Amino acid sequence: MPDMSALFFWLLAAIIIASALAVVLLKNIVHSALYLVLTFVGVAGLYILLNAEFLAAVQLLVYAGAVAILIVFAVMLTRRGDIRASNLFNVNYLAAAVVSLALFIVITLATGRMAWTATPGQAPAGNVGAIADAFLGHFAIPFEIAAVLLLVAMVGAILLARGGKQDQ
Amino acid sequence: MENIFTGIAAYIKGLLAGAPPWVQTLGMGLMYLVGVLAFIFLNAIYLIYLERKVSAYMQQRLGPNRLGPHGLLQPVADAVKLLGKEDIIPRGADKWIFIIAPVIIFIPAVMVYAIIPFGKGMIPVDLNIGVFYFLAVASTTTIAILMGGWGANNKYALLGSMRSVAQMVSYEIPLTFSLLGVIMLAGSLQTSQIVAAQEKVWYILLQPVAFLIYFIAATAEVNRAPFDLVEGEQEIIAGPYTEYTGMRYALFYLSEYANLVSVSALAVTLFLGGWHGPWLPSWLWFLIKVYIMIFIFMWVRWTFPRIRIDHLLSFNWKVLLPLSLANILVTGVGIKIYQLLTLGRW
Repeated sequence: MPDMSALFFWLLAAIIIASALAVVLLKNIVHSALYLVLTFVGVAGLYILLNAEFLAAVQLLVYAGAVAILIVFAVMLTRRGDIRASNLFNVNYLAAAVVSLALFIVITLATGRMAWTATPGQAPAGNVGAIADAFLGHFAIPFEIAAVLLLVAMVGAILLARGGKQDQ
Repeated sequence: MENIFTGIAAYIKGLLAGAPPWVQTLGMGLMYLVGVLAFIFLNAIYLIYLERKVSAYMQQRLGPNRLGPHGLLQPVADAVKLLGKEDIIPRGADKWIFIIAPVIIFIPAVMVYAIIPFGKGMIPVDLNIGVFYFLAVASTTTIAILMGGWGANNKYALLGSMRSVAQMVSYEIPLTFSLLGVIMLAGSLQTSQIVAAQEKVWYILLQPVAFLIYFIAATAEVNRAPFDLVEGEQEIIAGPYTEYTGMRYALFYLSEYANLVSVSALAVTLFLGGWHGPWLPSWLWFLIKVYIMIFIFMWVRWTFPRIRIDHLLSFNWKVLLPLSLANILVTGVGIKIYQLLTLGRW
């Protein structure tokens, strides 16, 4: 059913873009985080359309599930009294415009220059084994380094949130 | 007896045979959904009765015994009562979050049933990532509980949902790791293949430690005593559910019992041989094993006192997590030794 999958793609794309905009534009940081869940679930739906079920499940488990932790930290670390104005805009419009434009150009160039080749036939049914082989075989070292990097980032985030060791 | 449900499925498929393919897919999907929903509602309603009876016998009481023989009609009366209650939304609540949280918590609770093999050839969707799908979908339950607690704008509700995040996110890790041993033995994430691999030996015999870890972590994941800190009545009223009334409250409880059945069903699938068993039809075996698991969950709930939050977390990180990692290591080495002995090579 090629027409049906196109329909679902546009539906998911609309949901993803609308909820991603809501993440940025809403003033309440908890609402933003909840729309982020919707964005991630939409992306997981796209992966399912591409027959990448494993990736979709990872997307749910790692991203959508972890937003709960994000909200907890948002609640714990927001110092403002009023939660309805916890996710405000600042005044650096120019810098923001430059950065987003640069990002947009890079992404457009990258997708435009890529030679998209459609693989004929059915996608492989089970890709878990292939992913495991790649992670623990050929890409073992980058995989482990990424894990260490994440650990460092996590420890750093905790240190920043706690404000480091007091001198007195 | 064996073929009742597969027969019904084949009959409906026959009715749809002339229709275009997308109608067939949709029709079969709807049929599975209706089947799963009927299974959840029937079980959940009578589990509430069973829970009250089991707790009553453990505390030397009679439990519900007025309505119908042995109080069997009590759940019906409870359901009618809950339907008739006023739907209260607190004035200070974050209205939309408060309203949709009970609906959202029900979605993963139903979705996880897609990969449960209820009997021989009775699996709604035989995904090749089966067990992983279950874990990924179940992990989103936390968000719904957090939404309920946050939306109510009540300090006890918020405290309860904070606890639920700390607890459910931490216990997810040993839960996942405990399943890895079984997956390594079966060599597949597909639930149908894991059940097929247990035709001779149930994995509870090969993975007793993993089963124990799974049982403890699953108790924490479904927020049952001794891990029911999320709704510890004596400390924080009813946690995230404090402000809920009527049907919304009922939806939270329904999904809680749906989750109890689904973790029991997963335990049966992965450790207790799924639907394998002599003489009786396969789906009856599955149901019997699920109810044995549920009875053990209830037994634990009514005989253990509630654990303290710091003990809860340190038990998870200092005992369960290292134990589950050691179990993976031992299983891996064991598989290799077994291969060396039987095949003469790694």
